[in-house]
Amino acid sequence: MPKLLEIKNLTRVFDLGAGEIAALDDVSLSLDAAKIMGVVGESGSGKSTLARIVMALDTPSSGTVHINGKNLFELSARDLRSARCDFQMIFQDPYGSLNPRHTVGRLIAEPLYLEENAPTGAQKRDRIATLLEDVGLKADDMDRFPHEFSGGQRQRIAIARALITKPKLVVADEATSALDLTVQKQILDLILDLRDEHGISVLFITHNIGVVEEICDDVAVLEHGKLVETGPTDAVLNAPSKAYTRRLMNAEPTLEHIGRKAWRAARAQ
Amino acid sequence: MKRIPLNLWLGGLISFLLVGSAILSRFWTPEDPIKMNILNRLKGPGDAGLLGADQIGRDVFSMIMAGGWTSLGIAVTATIVGGSIGTLIGVTAAAKSGAFEKVSGWVNSVLFAFPPILSAILLGALLGPGGLTSIIAIGVFMIPVFTRISRGAAMQIWSRDYIKAAKMSGKGQALITVEHILPNISAQLLVQFAIQTGLGILAEAGLSFLGMGIAPPTPSWGRMLADAQTYIGTAPHLVLAPGIAIALAVLGLNLLGDGLRDLSDPRRKQAS
Amino acid sequence: MLSIKDLRVSFQQSTGALTEVVHGISLDLDRGETLGIVGESGSGKSVLSLATMGLLPRTAQASGQILFEGQDLLKAPEKQMCGLRGRKIGMIFQEPMSALNPAMTVGAQIAEGLRLHNGLSKSDARAETLRLLEMVQIPNAAQRIDSYPHEMSGGQRQRVGIAIAIALKPDLLIADEPTTALDVTVQAEILDILDDLVAELGISLILISHDLGVIARIADRTLVMYRGDEMEHGDTEQVLRHPRHDYTRKLLAAMPRRALKSLDQTGGEKPHA
Repeated sequence: MPKLLEIKNLTRVFDLGAGEIAALDDVSLSLDAAKIMGVVGESGSGKSTLARIVMALDTPSSGTVHINGKNLFELSARDLRSARCDFQMIFQDPYGSLNPRHTVGRLIAEPLYLEENAPTGAQKRDRIATLLEDVGLKADDMDRFPHEFSGGQRQRIAIARALITKPKLVVADEATSALDLTVQKQILDLILDLRDEHGISVLFITHNIGVVEEICDDVAVLEHGKLVETGPTDAVLNAPSKAYTRRLMNAEPTLEHIGRKAWRAARAQ
Repeated sequence: MKRIPLNLWLGGLISFLLVGSAILSRFWTPEDPIKMNILNRLKGPGDAGLLGADQIGRDVFSMIMAGGWTSLGIAVTATIVGGSIGTLIGVTAAAKSGAFEKVSGWVNSVLFAFPPILSAILLGALLGPGGLTSIIAIGVFMIPVFTRISRGAAMQIWSRDYIKAAKMSGKGQALITVEHILPNISAQLLVQFAIQTGLGILAEAGLSFLGMGIAPPTPSWGRMLADAQTYIGTAPHLVLAPGIAIALAVLGLNLLGDGLRDLSDPRRKQAS
Repeated sequence: MLSIKDLRVSFQQSTGALTEVVHGISLDLDRGETLGIVGESGSGKSVLSLATMGLLPRTAQASGQILFEGQDLLKAPEKQMCGLRGRKIGMIFQEPMSALNPAMTVGAQIAEGLRLHNGLSKSDARAETLRLLEMVQIPNAAQRIDSYPHEMSGGQRQRVGIAIAIALKPDLLIADEPTTALDVTVQAEILDILDDLVAELGISLILISHDLGVIARIADRTLVMYRGDEMEHGDTEQVLRHPRHDYTRKLLAAMPRRALKSLDQTGGEKPHA
């Protein structure tokens, strides 16, 4: 059985005029159905470029991306459009990812443009209402505007939008890093629930190892566009084989010591 | 109650009076603005009508009202035509980077370099003076302004994540521009529309002053000024009336534009 | 040194009504002490720091007292506050780019304050700037001094932001979410730098964050805020190991498992949301 997502030898080179830079350098990854993979790295590691290419918003310099067995970059424009029903995206900033002038209902329904026999009228409203309830909002919310919602609620709206075409893969690009920690936890729990109920796979792009440990089955570590290591989350994080992974883990804030003086004493040793 | 800023309030009032009196002049003026009454020749304010009479005895107040229609009509038409073309070029340039953007940038720079008076004289030589010449000359001058404003504003919107979401929904550049870009830059365009209409009135007055504007006897503020030059010592009201009318109209529309900009500026909104 | 008494801040809404966003906060800060203020968006933590800097917008009304070295900052005229800001109180922002002038080299921006306030000569100011850049551990400071902000990474820009904040040797530093926009590795470095500055220069620090991990790293004492109210306030160790308030427990429970595991191992109460 083919993998849901299969990335092979992906390279993306940007021409900066003064020289070329490889944002992604020969990255290969794969993801099964109903699994969550965390992609971690610092800014400049290429993780957002990876997200854009997997979502066919950018084209690779070389390499392939197969989703559901289809090679994204060999599809005709028409076939790509229908393929898009299978993969959607959640963005980092819940304020910038929702058009302030559209109602919640209109926002959530936007990807229905991809469907050939998209529901209309009452049928469409029903589908939006069900989704709103799935993500923990109310059906009545569809006639309100984004500015009436908090950051966490907006992220729920963005998640509902990503789910309306019943995709098999969702890419979440730093989807919780702009949120308060208590809200982040709620959104992570929601993503886990949706995975369990709808069987979607998630490629979770983040700089935060703590979040990876919380929800990801697998993890891939990127540094300067190269894949440093990958594997099941527990295995990688319990016995990281690369110094870079350890560095990311050690930088994570912990409660190992509490208070400035305690940390200072620990640092001095 | 929401507090309305002073500039919006004052600008709105002046603009309302300007538009109102211009429209009213189509149906009613105290006197017929083109009727000569030689007995009233050069009479001052109060002696013949509210603002006196001109060198051939026409009622100045009626001419100001009717001239307002001319000025405003030409300025608004030119701004709508030039603004629409400019906005179309601007949002297209923002959507398509590359060749289109470069070419439209060059064309704009060339257009910017031509003052409206100069292009009007060129056009006037080709088409002859008249209302259409004024509209085209002023409209052409509006294009680069709107192109720059709309391109800059649209580029900002293009970088938003909701545009990526729209692309993920399979929408093309044209549809994204209609659904997402234009509604989100409309406030800025409206502000610019008010300010540019003010400039349009100024430009129209300049063209009429030079005899490149609408043909007599249709009243026009610029030609009133030109005709009054000879009488500046003996009948200063003939210069003052259209001069003040032009200044007030431009000021009012600028205040309105500034007020609208303040109103739509997110920095004015309360941080929570 | 700093003593805030019953501070209340209200904002005038566009409708004209007043909404109170900080409901009577009191706190004291000694020289060389670090205070962490933790809270989520809407907790009023940033408003509190703006009030201390005298940077509240005009639509805000504040009551109570902010005593800094014996002087009530709420009553100080703007001219005097201008003198205090920078010289006595330094500020570090979340997004350093917004606090830097993109058209000036970072060296010139740091030197500007030194020449203006301390009357240093051009060469003395440059030497002092270099020393400051080394203090915030900018690599190759001698070359980076002539860089423009856009040529630097986010972490380096934040170091420059810190260098500007400490240039005039203030007694108090206020840092509002200084590491939120940065990678975790850079965050750890920035927190180490702040720690060293407090220890070496004897500066007092107020650090505002939504992340208890950051607070635990840097704060001697911690104030937990929720919707403009103080939830609890005390020694950081006490607050995190034996939280007295449900809200603090909720914040703790939202921390990643890894962080909580380390809390368990070092003997603390298990947080229950």
